[in-house]
Amino acid sequence: MAAEIPPLVFMRGITKRFLGVKANDAIDFDVRPGEVHTLLGENGAGKSTLMNVLCGLYKPDGGEIEIEGELRRFRTPRDAIAAGIGMVHQHFMLVPAQTVWENMVLGLDALPQVLPRKDIVRRIEEISERYALRVDPLAPVWQLSIGEQQRVAILKALYRQARILVLDEPTAVLIPQEIQSLFATIRQMRGEGHGIVFISHKLDEVLAVSDRISILRKGKKIGTFAAVGVTKEKLAEMMVGRQVFFNGAPPTTERGPVFLAVRDLVVRGERGNIAVQGVSLELRQKEIFGLAGVAGNGQLELCEAMVGLRGSESGDVLVQGREMGNASPRAFLDRGVAYIPEDRKGTGLVPSMNIRENVVLRKYWKKPFARGRWFIDWEVAAGHTGRLVERFGVITPGLGIPIRALSGGNLQKLMLARELSDNPKAIIAVQPTWGLDVGATEYVRERLLEQRDRGAAVFLVSEDLEELLALSDRLAVIHQGRIMGITKNPRALSEEDLGLLMAGTSLEDVLRGREERGDAPLPGPLRDPGTFFAGDGAAQKKAFRAEGGEGRTPWA
Amino acid sequence: MEMLVPILAAAVRSGTPILYATLGEILTERSGILNLGLEGLMLVGAFTGFSVASGTGNAWLGIAAAFLSGCLLALVHAFLCITGRANQVVSGLALTMFGTGLSSLLGRGFIGETILGIGGMTIPLLSEIPVLGPTFFDQDPLVYLSYGLAVFLTWFLWSTRAGLALRAVGDAPRVVDAMGLSSTRLRYLYTVIGGGIVAVGGAYMSVVYTKMWGDLMTAGRGWIAVALVIFAIWHPLRAVGGAYLFGGVGALQLRIQAAGTSIPAPLLLMLPYVFTIFVLFVISVRKGKGILLGAPASLGQPYHREERD
Amino acid sequence: MGLRVVTEKRVRVPVWLEVLVPVGAVMGALIAGAVLLALLGVSPLAAYAAMLRGSLGDWYGISETLVKAVPLTLAGLAVALSFRMQVWNIGAEGQLYMGALAAAAAVRFAFVDNSLVMFCLMAGAAALAGGTWGAFAGYLKARWNVNEIITTLMLNYIAIHAVDYFVYGPWKDPASLGFPMTASFPAAARLPQFFDSRVHLGIFFAVVFAVLFHIVFRWTKWGFEVRVIGANPKAAQYAGINFLRNAVLVMFVSGAVAGFSGMCEMAGLQGRLQHGFSPGYGYTAIIVAWLARLNPLALMGVAFLLGALLVGGDTLQVVMRLPLSSIQVLQGLILFAVLGAEYFLTYRVRFIRSVPDSPKEVD
Repeated sequence: MAAEIPPLVFMRGITKRFLGVKANDAIDFDVRPGEVHTLLGENGAGKSTLMNVLCGLYKPDGGEIEIEGELRRFRTPRDAIAAGIGMVHQHFMLVPAQTVWENMVLGLDALPQVLPRKDIVRRIEEISERYALRVDPLAPVWQLSIGEQQRVAILKALYRQARILVLDEPTAVLIPQEIQSLFATIRQMRGEGHGIVFISHKLDEVLAVSDRISILRKGKKIGTFAAVGVTKEKLAEMMVGRQVFFNGAPPTTERGPVFLAVRDLVVRGERGNIAVQGVSLELRQKEIFGLAGVAGNGQLELCEAMVGLRGSESGDVLVQGREMGNASPRAFLDRGVAYIPEDRKGTGLVPSMNIRENVVLRKYWKKPFARGRWFIDWEVAAGHTGRLVERFGVITPGLGIPIRALSGGNLQKLMLARELSDNPKAIIAVQPTWGLDVGATEYVRERLLEQRDRGAAVFLVSEDLEELLALSDRLAVIHQGRIMGITKNPRALSEEDLGLLMAGTSLEDVLRGREERGDAPLPGPLRDPGTFFAGDGAAQKKAFRAEGGEGRTPWA
Repeated sequence: MEMLVPILAAAVRSGTPILYATLGEILTERSGILNLGLEGLMLVGAFTGFSVASGTGNAWLGIAAAFLSGCLLALVHAFLCITGRANQVVSGLALTMFGTGLSSLLGRGFIGETILGIGGMTIPLLSEIPVLGPTFFDQDPLVYLSYGLAVFLTWFLWSTRAGLALRAVGDAPRVVDAMGLSSTRLRYLYTVIGGGIVAVGGAYMSVVYTKMWGDLMTAGRGWIAVALVIFAIWHPLRAVGGAYLFGGVGALQLRIQAAGTSIPAPLLLMLPYVFTIFVLFVISVRKGKGILLGAPASLGQPYHREERD
Repeated sequence: MGLRVVTEKRVRVPVWLEVLVPVGAVMGALIAGAVLLALLGVSPLAAYAAMLRGSLGDWYGISETLVKAVPLTLAGLAVALSFRMQVWNIGAEGQLYMGALAAAAAVRFAFVDNSLVMFCLMAGAAALAGGTWGAFAGYLKARWNVNEIITTLMLNYIAIHAVDYFVYGPWKDPASLGFPMTASFPAAARLPQFFDSRVHLGIFFAVVFAVLFHIVFRWTKWGFEVRVIGANPKAAQYAGINFLRNAVLVMFVSGAVAGFSGMCEMAGLQGRLQHGFSPGYGYTAIIVAWLARLNPLALMGVAFLLGALLVGGDTLQVVMRLPLSSIQVLQGLILFAVLGAEYFLTYRVRFIRSVPDSPKEVD
C-alpha cells in the first residue's frame, strides 16, 4: 500500500519578523498533490508573507520547509523554482516593457544563451492550449488587460513545470465571468496532480474552489478545516475573531440636488491614449454613486479629471452648475470637492513627512493655518492635528515622526481625517478600503455613509462588487472609458450582469440575456429613460431625446 | 566632397571617446543604475591608459589597465548605490570630483610627455569605398572595436538570455529577483563593466587621439555622453550616430579655429555645450512630457528585496 | 549558529547620530586621504598638520577660511534649495560666473560713484543674471522634462567660456600685461573689507541668507511647498502645488543666490573680473549642501570646515608642493564617505545570533 504519500509542501513552524513585528508566528502549512488548499485571512494576516517565504523571496527567521518529504532550504527564489514552486503574485511579477515570451523565459537557465524564440513561442502555445489560457506570446505585457496578465503569470509557472502553484488573491482583479474560467483552470491543474495554494479573503470563492482551508489571523494560524461542512459565517468569525454581519447599508432616504456633473468628458491617460471616452454623469448630494469596472478602464483618469488633477481633452466638469474648464486642484478643493486617491503613499500622503504636515497638506494656505500672506502657523496645525487624530482614532507613536511608519489602516484614517474634517460637499473616493482589514474597512464604509447622510455627494470607485452593491444608491459600470449603464437600483442587478457590463457587453445584450435565461425582468425604474442609459454620453442624449425628455441635465 | 572627407573622418575619431562612454553608460543605466561620474571615470581612464602605455611601452596594455581602473572606480559607485542604497546623483558627482582630482594629482609628472600610442590601420577594400571608406575604414583599431562593441551590445541586449535579464533588471528588479536571478548581482556586474568601457573612452583620448596626457583633457565629454544616452533612447546603435554628431561639432570647431577666423576662441569652445542642450531639448520635446519610451523604468531608484514600501 | 546582519528602516533618527554620522564620515575620508598621501610618498601627518596650521592656526588662516566660507555658504544654500525640491541644480558654478559677469557689466556700463547705489546695482544685475541662468534650466525641466543635471552642467561650461570671451577680448585691461582680466574696479564698486583682513561684506549676507532660508523652509508656505514637491511630487500636485511655477522660481532664486555669491567674490576680493576666478566653489557647494543634509543653519558650519579644507589646500600647495587637485580628491572622498555613512541614518544595522526559534512549549 502506498503508505502516506508525503505532501508536496510541508512548511513547519515558519516565523518571519518585520520591524520587530511577527508577520508569521510559527505557522504550519502543507499542500498535498491534487488538492486546492486555501489560505484565508484578512489583509495583514500574514498570507503573502508566508508565501513569499515559500517562494524564497523572504528568509524565514525560524522554521523549515519540506518538499515531497525532503528538507529544503530556499536561499533564493531560484531554489524554490527549482523545487517546483510556481508563484503567481498579486502584482503579477511581470516586466511590463517586455513581451509575453520574454517574460516567460526570464531567469530560465535551461535555455541556450542565444534565445530560441520560435521554440519558446511554440511551447507557450502548447501549454496555453492545454489549460485554455489564451494569450498572444508576441504582445508586450503592458498592452494586455489585467485578466490576460494573470494568464501570463500562471502560464509562466506552468512553463517552469511547477508542481505547486501559489495564487495570491487571484480573483481580486477579475470580473465574475473571468473568475469562473480561472476556477476551471485551477480544477484542470488539480486534476493533473498539481498542488494549489489559493489565497483569498472572499468567502464564497473560497468555499467554491477549496478542498481544505487554513485560516490565519494576525500572523498566527487559527486552524485547518475541510471545505465540506464549514459555513461562511464560521469562516468569517475565525478570520476576523468576532462575529461579522453581512448586511448592506440602508439606502439614502432622499436624494439631494446635483452637486457635481461630468459632461461628455474625454481624458487622456498616462501613455497618451484616450482613457475616458465621452463620459457623462451627475453626482447628487445625499447619495453614494458607485462606479464599477475592471482596473485600468479609465476610472483613475476620470476621477483625476473630476478633481482637477488631470486636464481634459474636451467636455467639462461642472461644480454646482459652474464649468470648471481644467481648473486647478485647489479650485476644486475650494468648492468643497474632497478626493481620496487609491494610492495612499504615492499620491494621497507624503510618507517622509510627519502627521502634522500631512494633515495640513491640502489646507495650509487657508485660515487658520495660514498666518498672513507668507507663513504657516504650525502651532494651530498641531492643535488641529491632535484633535483629528483623536476624533478619527489614528494610532501613532507620535505627531512628529514620518508617517511612513503607520499601518495601512491608520494611513487611511489619517487621509479620511484630512479630507472629511472640513465637511466637503462632494467626496471622490477611489478604492478606499483596498488592502485594509475588516475593522478598518468597516470604519471607512461607516464614515462614507455618515458623510452621505450629512448631505455630501459621494462618488465611490471600487473593484469590489460586494462593496459597491452594499453601499451604492446608484451604480454605473465603466468599460474602456465608456459608461456601459447607470442604474438607480443596484440591488436589482446580479453580480453576473455587472460582470458582463464590466467586460464590455452592451446593456441591450445583458437585458436580452436575462430574458433568455428567464430571469425576472428588471424592475420598473431601470427601464426608465431617466435612470438607465446605455452607451456613451452622446448616445445617452439621443436616447433621452427619443424618449421625449428635456431639460438641462437629462440623465439620471 | 574632397573637403568633407577629412572632416567626416575627424568626426568619427573625435566621436569615439564619447561613443565608448555612451555605450558604457547605456549598459549601466539599462541595469537601473544611474552613473553620473562619467567625467571622472574618463579622466582616470585617460590617465591610467597613458601612464601604463608610457611605462610599459605597450599601448594595448594601457587600454586594458584603463578598463580595469574604470571597473574599480565604478565598483565604489555600485557599492554605495546598490548595497548602501545611496543617492545615485550625488554619488555620481562624488565620483566625478574624485576622479578629476585623482587623475590630475597623479598625472602631474606626465604633462608634456608623448607616446607612440596606437597607430592607424587601414582596412583593405572597405577603405576604397568613396567617402565612406576613408571616413569609417581608414581609422585605428579602437575605432573598429567601438563599431563592434555597439553591434555586439545591440545583439546582446535583444537576442541573448543575459541581455533579457539585463533589460528586465532595469525595468523591474523585483520581478528579476522573484524569477530566481539576483538583481543585486546583475546591477553590480553591469555597473562595473559599464564603468570599464567608459574609462576606455577616456584612454582613447590620451593613448590614441592626442597621444599625451593633459589635465582635465576630457573637457566635459563625460557629461555629453550622459546626455547622449538619453538622445540614443538607451539603444547602442543610436548612440553611434549621436557620438559622431558630437564628434563632428568638435572637429568642426577645431577646424574653424585652425583656419584662423575672426570668431573668438571662447565662443567656438562653447559650441558643443550649446549643441548638447539643444539636442537634449529637441529629444525631450519630441518624446513628450513624462513618457520616456526605452528608459529603464527603475533607473536611479534604490531597491532591496526584503523591503516593503 | 553564525551571526546574521539584519537591517531595518529607522522610524526616527536620534540627534546624536545625525551629528556623529557626518563627523565620522569626514574622519573616514581624511583617513582614506592619508593612505593616498602615504602612497604618494608624502607624510600624511605632516600634510594634515600643515593644512590645519594654514587654515586655522592663526588669525590670518581663520580669516582666509572665513573668506572661502562665504561663497561656499551662499552657493551651498543655492544648491540646498534646489535639492530640497529634488531638482538637481549642478549649475551653481555657472550661475556664479554669470553673476560676476553681469556685475562687471554693471560696473562698466552703469557706474555710479556711490557705494550703496553701486552695490545695489551690482547685486541686482548679478542676481538677475544668475537667476536667469538657473531659471532657464528650470523652465526646460518643468515644461519639457529636459534633464536639468545636464543642462545646468552644460550651462557651467558656457558661462565660464562667456566670461573668458570678455576677459580675453573686449573687456581686457590693456595694462594687464596679457593677463585675462578686466581693469580694477573703482572703489565704489568694491565691497568693504573688515578686521584688517580680506573678510568682506559678503560674510554678513551669507549669515543673513542662511537664517532667511531656514525661516523659509521651516515657517513659510513656499518652503513647505518646495519640501512637499521634493518629498512626493504627486502629492504636491494633489495639494494643488504648481510644479512648473515652483521649478522656475526655485531655480531662479537658487541661481540668483549663486550669482550674488559670484558678485561678492569678485567685488569683495579681486575687485575685477578675471579668468577662472572661482576654484570650483559651485561644485564644492554641492558637498557643503549634502554634508549639511540641506539644513541652512548647519550649512554655515560645514562651509567653514570646507573653507578650511580649501585654505589648507593652498598651504599644501605652497609647503608640500602638492597640487590643488589633491583637495579635490579629498572632497570626493568626503562625499563618498558621507553617502556611505548615511546608510546608518536610514537603516538600523543589528547583528543577531541566528538561533532558530524554538517554539516548543509544553502546555
